[in-house]
Amino acid sequence: MTTIALDATALTMRYRRGWGLRDCTFQLPTGRISALIGPNGAGKSTLMRIATGLLRPTGGSIEVLGEAPGKRGTNRKLAFLAQDKPLYKGFTVEEMLKAGAKLNPDWDSGYARRLVREADVPFDAKVGTLSGGQRTRIALAIALGRRPELVMLDEPLADLDPIARQEVMQSLLAEVAETGMTVLLSSHVIADLDGVCDHLLLLADGRVQLHGDVDDLLTQHRILIGSRELVLPDGVVEARTTGRQATVLARTTDVPGWDNTEPSLEELALAYLRSTKKVAA
Amino acid sequence: MIEFRIDRRSGVATYQQLVNQTKHALRLGLLQPGDQLPTAKEVVAATSINPNTVLKAYRELEREGLVEGRRGMGTFVSASLAQPDPTELREELAAWMGRARAEGLDREYVEALVKAQLDEHYEGEGR
Repeated sequence: MTTIALDATALTMRYRRGWGLRDCTFQLPTGRISALIGPNGAGKSTLMRIATGLLRPTGGSIEVLGEAPGKRGTNRKLAFLAQDKPLYKGFTVEEMLKAGAKLNPDWDSGYARRLVREADVPFDAKVGTLSGGQRTRIALAIALGRRPELVMLDEPLADLDPIARQEVMQSLLAEVAETGMTVLLSSHVIADLDGVCDHLLLLADGRVQLHGDVDDLLTQHRILIGSRELVLPDGVVEARTTGRQATVLARTTDVPGWDNTEPSLEELALAYLRSTKKVAA
Repeated sequence: MIEFRIDRRSGVATYQQLVNQTKHALRLGLLQPGDQLPTAKEVVAATSINPNTVLKAYRELEREGLVEGRRGMGTFVSASLAQPDPTELREELAAWMGRARAEGLDREYVEALVKAQLDEHYEGEGR
């Protein structure tokens, strides 16, 4: 059994119009809940589509649970929930579950039906009539009905109201607690991921800017506040000055002379995203 | 059974909040030996936190000898932190507070006095 769910080496995807991914090397250990963060066009969806085998990379390689994708269709132990949550609008929930059973050799019907019941969605309801939150719960039930070891969710919370966001997240986490599956979850709203994710993969411009265990990354960074006259330490990610004060996010341990605090996940991610934006501009 | 409440803005690590709340409930006698802690699944279904965080908190409580995991059954309280009811001490403190207020000390000043005494008498025992 492999302990690495996703293992990318110099993974590259070149489109006619530009780069999707450039030289991405990272590992996602099993049993983790990883955030996939990046601006639009950073390569998040490209990465997920390559992992499922829907896209073939133009360079480098990736292994999904120890296997290269695309050899025999999507890895049986991988489930992918695309951003548009593809469900047939004219189907009832019951018919969607039947389709799930037909399309997936390792389908766990009892489990998928339990997830639908927990979502309080009637089996005879037409998919087209469901609310955004209900549709997401059904799509999640069908993704998890495959009994995956790795589930990738592309912006699963986009377009959901706050209560539906919370319900979807809680039902996902409850299943993770029970099965120990690995999760890769992309989202624009970093606050949604704080406390949920214990691993981070931050993409910008098709490149991996930051990745690793969230607690480790937070311990390795500081927000420094002090006089703008002070000398900046090594490892500065972002530095701003207002009046006499400088606010710096740096990859460092405590720096004497500055007021040192550990960043939150959101502060850390935003500093990296802003710094790559400035370089690109 | 205890219900956890997570404050994401407190700056205290989430697992530490779980540990602190469990100890608090043990001190107040809201949790007693033999009581079961909620499963990781129950905690994450109520709080939207990472299941590994719950397991980390329970491991820490186990390491401190306060709870024990029983295979396939769950995590159970194995020690008590409840202390004898300090009626007399509480009454003395209430009387002292009354005097402090009557003499016009403001709340922040009283808090600072109490904290200084705590630091002096419970040196090195943490918070």
